[in-house]
Amino acid sequence: MKVLVAVKRVIDYNVKIRVKADNSDVDLTNVKMAMNPFCEIAVEEAVRLKEKGVASEVVVVTIGPKAAQEQLRTALALGADRALHIETDERVEALTVAKLLKRVVDDEQPGLTILGKQAIDSDNNQTGQMLAALTGLAQGTFASKVDVKDGTVDVTREIDGGLQTVSLKLPAIVTTDLRLNEPRYAKLPDIMKAKKKPLDVKTPAELGVELVAKLTQLKVETPAERQGGIKVASVDELIDKLKNDAKVIS
Amino acid sequence: MSILVLADHHDGQLAGATAHVVAAAQQIADADGGDIDLLVAGENVGAIAEQAAKLDGVSRVRVADNGVYAHQLAEPLADLLAALADDYSHILASASTTGKNVLPRLAALKDVSPLSDILSVESADTFKRPIYAGNAIATVQSAETLKVLSVRATAFDAVGESNSAPIDTVDTVVDNRLSSFVGEELAQSERPELGGARVVISGGRGMGSGDNFKLLDGIADKLGAAIGASRAAVDAGFVPNDMQVGQTGKIVAPELYIAVGISGAIQHLAGMKDSKVIVAINKDEEAPIFQVADYGLVGDLFQILPELEQKL
Repeated sequence: MKVLVAVKRVIDYNVKIRVKADNSDVDLTNVKMAMNPFCEIAVEEAVRLKEKGVASEVVVVTIGPKAAQEQLRTALALGADRALHIETDERVEALTVAKLLKRVVDDEQPGLTILGKQAIDSDNNQTGQMLAALTGLAQGTFASKVDVKDGTVDVTREIDGGLQTVSLKLPAIVTTDLRLNEPRYAKLPDIMKAKKKPLDVKTPAELGVELVAKLTQLKVETPAERQGGIKVASVDELIDKLKNDAKVIS
Repeated sequence: MSILVLADHHDGQLAGATAHVVAAAQQIADADGGDIDLLVAGENVGAIAEQAAKLDGVSRVRVADNGVYAHQLAEPLADLLAALADDYSHILASASTTGKNVLPRLAALKDVSPLSDILSVESADTFKRPIYAGNAIATVQSAETLKVLSVRATAFDAVGESNSAPIDTVDTVVDNRLSSFVGEELAQSERPELGGARVVISGGRGMGSGDNFKLLDGIADKLGAAIGASRAAVDAGFVPNDMQVGQTGKIVAPELYIAVGISGAIQHLAGMKDSKVIVAINKDEEAPIFQVADYGLVGDLFQILPELEQKL
């Protein structure tokens, strides 16, 4: 079974973001970029499936500027076999990303496609679900466990209040939650080897997908800063403040 | 055109979030006109529909009661919504794990771009939503004729419950050959759900161990609070992930949030900084959590917690 993994290049999760002075967007100039953490988990899961003999090949795909090839090389160093870069410098809406990925699914015919549940920049949490709809496949979102069986996959999902397990007909789409696994670090020899692994480049036009924008970002603002309050000296003073000033307890 | 709200429910109860989502729908209706329909889909959901009919602002409750909708699996639910969508200008659901699972699938079936986790309604086509874990707020305008929106429930005040809307039956029954329900493990708790609790008390790495989280129990009991945790406490294995408050966990905005032994990493602040009142208890007076706390108490949590429990 072939496993397809989609990854996204985003601002590194440790970086404190800045909004541009003209409020048009978040400032990404000279900011450290990395693979989206949920995508790292997706790569790791695919590689583990290959190590278990469940997956025969792991193909990794990204959509983005030339620099996004860094994240593809990272995925190759972590154990993916080959990579596909769909190159564009434009901002691509999640629906269009899903349409591009659908073309890749049509071409590659993976048994399982794994994506991160959301990217930590746009925080949409949409692409996997939309890819599942467009391909007419089942979806196992927010996965904390993936158990591939004969013709089906059991996915344990992190839902509000606990866990839910669903059985999905294969091929299927899975999106990862934090608990699914702990991604490994790439070793230096693997990073060297990854440079020689195949990396194909295509354009959205070659895949027959037009980049349409239906959502316009009018403004990006820094949220209202919360003002720090006061220090209290004792439990008694704390209880007094909560009762009489804040009036949140009685 | 009308607005359709997908009701969130579990264990035979209408989820509290639904009343907040109806409030968001009400704001759109105020700007754009149109009625608000509430869809209750599931198996044996008659009692839930009765609860839903009480929500103010709802013109009609539509009930799709069939085994195929049990457990609100995404595939049949999205198909059902897609079958109903042409009568509506907006389809809303809570940004719960159900809403986030179903709405994007629906949107793609209708070939429209959805918007996730809206915080405010600026007009019928323009909404604010958090990006970068709430470290920036984007104002986004949608040119789609059908707007599919998940709503951050805590950002809208709940509507009242003095209505008695008529209840209709939806006969649409879809086929689901893609997915089936295997099982569920829900955390059994007498306590309110994290997302909807009026008071939340969370522990961090400073709690030292999973056992020490018991120190929060008595206080939570007295305050009717839900218990949460920071990612550091989850990563250290103290408590399960479903207790995690933060960018990668649950976003909460209770009236009172008590952070115990939590330093206040960006990732945690993103999940709780919209709380009305924040209390921080930490032995490190330089901890960043104090910069957002209304009331900070510097000291040893192992002494403070028992004293707090006793004096509350």
